[in-house]
Amino acid sequence: MSTGYQIVVLGSVVPDPLQTLEPAQTPQGPGLKNELMLPHVLDPWAAHALYEAANLAARTPGSKVTLVSLGPKAKLQQVMMAVGQKVPFELVALDGPAGGFTDPHEVAARLAETVKALPGLDRSRLLLFGGWESASRGAGVTLQLVGERLEIADQFQGVDRLTPGEGGSFEVLERVEGGKHQVSRCAGAPAVLGWATGELGEPKNNPQIGMANMRGVMPALQKAAPAPVGTGGVEFLSVAVPRAQRETRIVKDMSPDDVARELVEWIGQD
Amino acid sequence: MDTVLLLTHTEADGGLPRAALEALSAARAVGGPLVVGLFGGSVERAVAALGGAGATKVLAVEGPAFADPRYGTDAAAAAALAKASGASVVLAPATSRMARVAAGVAQRLGGRVDTHVTQVAADGGVAVTRWFYKQRIEARLRRKERPWVLLVDPGAYPPASLEGGAAPAVERLALAADGLTRTEVLGLRAPSSGEQTIRPDAKLLFVAGAGWTKKQASGKPEPERAEQLILGLLRAAGASLGSSKSLVDQAGEGQKVFEFMTHLNQVGQTGSTPRHPKGLATCCHGEEPHVVGWRFIRERRAVNLDAGCGWARGKADVLYVADAFAVMEKVNALLAEKG
Repeated sequence: MSTGYQIVVLGSVVPDPLQTLEPAQTPQGPGLKNELMLPHVLDPWAAHALYEAANLAARTPGSKVTLVSLGPKAKLQQVMMAVGQKVPFELVALDGPAGGFTDPHEVAARLAETVKALPGLDRSRLLLFGGWESASRGAGVTLQLVGERLEIADQFQGVDRLTPGEGGSFEVLERVEGGKHQVSRCAGAPAVLGWATGELGEPKNNPQIGMANMRGVMPALQKAAPAPVGTGGVEFLSVAVPRAQRETRIVKDMSPDDVARELVEWIGQD
Repeated sequence: MDTVLLLTHTEADGGLPRAALEALSAARAVGGPLVVGLFGGSVERAVAALGGAGATKVLAVEGPAFADPRYGTDAAAAAALAKASGASVVLAPATSRMARVAAGVAQRLGGRVDTHVTQVAADGGVAVTRWFYKQRIEARLRRKERPWVLLVDPGAYPPASLEGGAAPAVERLALAADGLTRTEVLGLRAPSSGEQTIRPDAKLLFVAGAGWTKKQASGKPEPERAEQLILGLLRAAGASLGSSKSLVDQAGEGQKVFEFMTHLNQVGQTGSTPRHPKGLATCCHGEEPHVVGWRFIRERRAVNLDAGCGWARGKADVLYVADAFAVMEKVNALLAEKG
């Protein structure tokens, strides 16, 4: 009998968060100016989910990590070259747009179909991981929608820690208001976990892992199924970068004492 | 005209979360008949607070099984309330509890969901405003599909003022909790750092950047002094602490820089976008704390040594070109004098 978890991580590519973004109108709806020219990275919260998945799999014999990613094939290939050096995983790619203006319901339908079709999927061992929000749409709903479509009734969002317990159970720390964590115990898989930052740093590149991953990544990209998701029933009335340029007063010649006095006065004002 | 459901959980004491009154303001902006749906261990205080809310009906699911925030029971209760209300637009406050289930509820209703809503308008049909790409792009949109579940961001609306009056009649829905979940909530845990540094209700957000850990005039880093200065300000001003990503990552990489600093403090990028009336950034030089982390900070000031800091310029109201260590030492002393 198989043991361990089947960890499926849902995550896609986003423009590097440090890029300046400008909206643009495309035939498919709103998009980003020069979107395919922008450097991309694996969505930061999804990346945390992937690293946590790999860490959990390494501690739980018999576990396997599958990354299901819906994005433009060319961008996925670029990003996987870097991510593939970090942790071991198997890639299942879907070729479609990964922009923030796509409809999460359409994306979730595609992802759920793909997860259901994974060879040898065993719901009793399934942990569905992802970021609790993306750095593109930033809605925090896709993972939940996929979970509902897979009829998984135990879901957690803003997860920072998963600790396996006895009999297949596990303890989860979820972020809640006021900088606190809610502690819950789940009886076992299947479950959905939307990760916040977790507790792991970014793993260092490991050439051996990279070589092993690349044997599966390239064929997965070659057979990526088309997933032409759109904007669904959304009508965008306006899409714009807010014009929030402030007139900054630059104070150069004030002593620390005077700066402090001004700050204290400002802090005290209602 | 859309029938509107204000959908919310209750707090542990049976009262309304503050964010629910903000969502009520948004619900009023939609117009149309208003129904309120409540779920939780008890709803008594929440119902009493709803006198004058203008609701045509209050629906409730209550009982010990629905007291704890967990997906299975919350999603079932919320979906049952939404179905019973017949509402085509469902507004909910974006508390962690509602955010955990909103999309699942929309899926169960065969509807659609949008989150992080900051504005709701009813001109020519319901339209909402929300942010994309981590608060960099703002869009106004509407949907034809119904029911439409909307999560309203805390702080986007002022809390609705209620005129008081008799509590509305409550229709309680019977909902069996058996088999809804395999999750048990064990409680809340504060970060192991010991000191509570995140205060959502604080007037001031103090953002610390990686400069606090760099070499100082003495020629070496002074993390202990930095820790004292930062904690001193938080205590004296009752401020909430935000951090740049580079600073919390240092802590995560085994460099024990500040004991009280965790990823929960991070603003921007993979951190939060908090809402406070004032923000003071110190030793930050990146886009993230100044643009994304500060998006909803009304008055912004910065202290750093780079007069040409491209991210502070145009984003802060005032940029003090000064040594943050020296400034904060004096600030703390002055705040201590004021008591």
